[in-house]
Amino acid sequence: MKQLLILSGKGGTGKTTIASAFIRFSDPEAFADCDVDAPNLHLVTRQGSVSNKKNYYGLPRAKIDVTKCIKCDICRQNCRFDAILLDGTYKVDTFACEGCGVCEVLCPANAITSKPAVDGELLLYEKDKNIFSTAQLKMGSGTSGLLVTEVKKQMKEAKPDAGFAIIDGSPGIGCPVIASLSGVDMVLIVAEPSLSGISDMKRIIETADKFGIKTAVCVNKSDINMENTEKIKELCKKEKISFMGEIPFDPEAVNAVNKGITIAAIDCISGKAAKKVYEETAKLIFEKGDEKK
Amino acid sequence: MKIAIPVNEKKVESGVCMSFGRTPYFLVNDTEEKENLFIENTASKSTGGAGIKAAQIIVDNEVDVLLTPRCGENASGVFQNAGIKMYKTVGDSVESNIKDFISGNLSLLEEIHAGLHDHGKK
Amino acid sequence: MIMEKNNMKIAVLSGKGGTGKTLVSVNLAAASEKAIYIDCDVEEPNGHLFFKPDDKKEKEVSVIIPEVNNDLCNGCRKCVDFCRFNALAYIKNRLFVFDEICHSCGGCVMLCPQNALTERKKSIGKIIEGVSEQVYLYTGMLDTGEASGVPIIKELFQKTKDISDKDIFIDCPPGSACVVMESIKDADYCILVAEPTIFGVHNLNLVYELVTLFKKPFGVILNKYMEEKDPSEEFCIENKIKILGKIKFDKALGKLNSEAQIAVRTNEKYKVIFTSLLETVKKEVRNETASDS
Repeated sequence: MKQLLILSGKGGTGKTTIASAFIRFSDPEAFADCDVDAPNLHLVTRQGSVSNKKNYYGLPRAKIDVTKCIKCDICRQNCRFDAILLDGTYKVDTFACEGCGVCEVLCPANAITSKPAVDGELLLYEKDKNIFSTAQLKMGSGTSGLLVTEVKKQMKEAKPDAGFAIIDGSPGIGCPVIASLSGVDMVLIVAEPSLSGISDMKRIIETADKFGIKTAVCVNKSDINMENTEKIKELCKKEKISFMGEIPFDPEAVNAVNKGITIAAIDCISGKAAKKVYEETAKLIFEKGDEKK
Repeated sequence: MKIAIPVNEKKVESGVCMSFGRTPYFLVNDTEEKENLFIENTASKSTGGAGIKAAQIIVDNEVDVLLTPRCGENASGVFQNAGIKMYKTVGDSVESNIKDFISGNLSLLEEIHAGLHDHGKK
Repeated sequence: MIMEKNNMKIAVLSGKGGTGKTLVSVNLAAASEKAIYIDCDVEEPNGHLFFKPDDKKEKEVSVIIPEVNNDLCNGCRKCVDFCRFNALAYIKNRLFVFDEICHSCGGCVMLCPQNALTERKKSIGKIIEGVSEQVYLYTGMLDTGEASGVPIIKELFQKTKDISDKDIFIDCPPGSACVVMESIKDADYCILVAEPTIFGVHNLNLVYELVTLFKKPFGVILNKYMEEKDPSEEFCIENKIKILGKIKFDKALGKLNSEAQIAVRTNEKYKVIFTSLLETVKKEVRNETASDS
């Protein structure tokens, strides 16, 4: 299975819009949305019907039994995450609690136990022979990196012999992005020609580089600032990163997206340009002499 | 010598598991006693640091050699310090990998991937 | 509850990246007589690209990691068994600590019967302070490869908690995960920035749930507003959410933004727009906090 991960560093660059176009062009047997904090891919992709729903359990949270609590305050004094609150009685702030177990082990009255917590939901959709793996993290939960890993695992288990898989990644450079990078064959970075966009692109290149994964860049909304687009191309040349092409800003794209349609399904300039970028990307990911680890 | 290999199910016919840290079981083959032992990998349920915990399990079971398709940097650090060598599996047959190892046909695992950091850090 | 202090802490968030969080927070700060700007988007901080601050001061942010004295360690493995995050391993009579996995809960150090564990600092990022005309900046920056920005955000607020003479504008990370929660914890008011796409509405809903859960007063700014059917505007109307203002879709503004130019400092037209927005926000905050009981 050749896995293509689409990242952007900065949000709002058009990652999901482009991912949905690629899915339309390549009709892969498997695709996934790893932006578990705010999954959007399903809004512009025909995903079929739900074939599996699973609760996702993150780290257990501490729970205080007020009937046993002797109010010694040892738990609150030793909690590094400010997760124990005193409001008449002692209570755990489940958003702040990291499930470390320190309070449990220190409590002289054995009043604290660990409770498993549902931190999100994994979803698997099936349509004809294709599967779509996604998840929604419950608001404020930690462990989004692990849920990302579960989304990819679910995708691989549902269609282990898929030849090609497209993964829509999450913004940023933290935990969920690092988790999504593992095991992929190529990363396509969607960059925006703004100074913020370039700054974020550099940080995501640095992150992907730490993993030694083949990286390529494309510029979206390229004509909002042609000088910056050129800057990006030069940067890629300098760092020896493959440049896959440009996609111009297209008001038709917004219309399509708002109708829940991918730009690849309508006749528009961004769709046409995305097709060229897709073709370059496909060439690169499937090139010969490429040993998959 | 004790050889460990990550497996999908508690039987010799089951395939080699693609993940080291989150494999459900390990098969430990004792070449002298000619015995197979299955160990449950409790690390598979961890939200993080699975590779480390799985590696600790392998060390605690006095394994000499690990056959695996891949391994992360944290677990491989454990193995380096423990003096346990890692060899790269080929295909997913447990029996043929063990056979190939014994006849010297498996190569050392060279590519170590970076830690997956999916450890519940917010 | 009567607000005694003179200043407001306003968090600007959006759920989705690229909607205009930074545009709004930077320009509201720049339109103020004097203000503090805090960049909590520590994975991809962008505000400093606009302000280009002078007189910069850097401070490292670190977390606490355990360190073992192997002479004192007797191999009891209490720490290994305790650690919920599997950050410790005991191999060939030596204890190993895995820094990136450690959550800094301090539990192992507390539990060691031989006092063989002590704590050391590990740097995960930095805070950069600076000045840009009448705005004082605090920018948080997470090192690439580090998983969590929460300790940096905590430090940002620790540094600014006693400021009472200037309004504080907090540029939040995208999404609704813990880093966002940490960023809005002490805010007096939240501005939700929305864009007119279905992605925008979907993510607006997520932050709408978040601010509601945290019982924060809030209002929405519709960015990239076009006169046509705006899904985010409809969402606000349906849910009776206060619309603070509408920033019209403006190619020139987009270009200025892509060049990291502060609109209010570049063009009088934008100064008028953002000053007016600022007044509306101030009025709302006063109303909300005055009626807060």
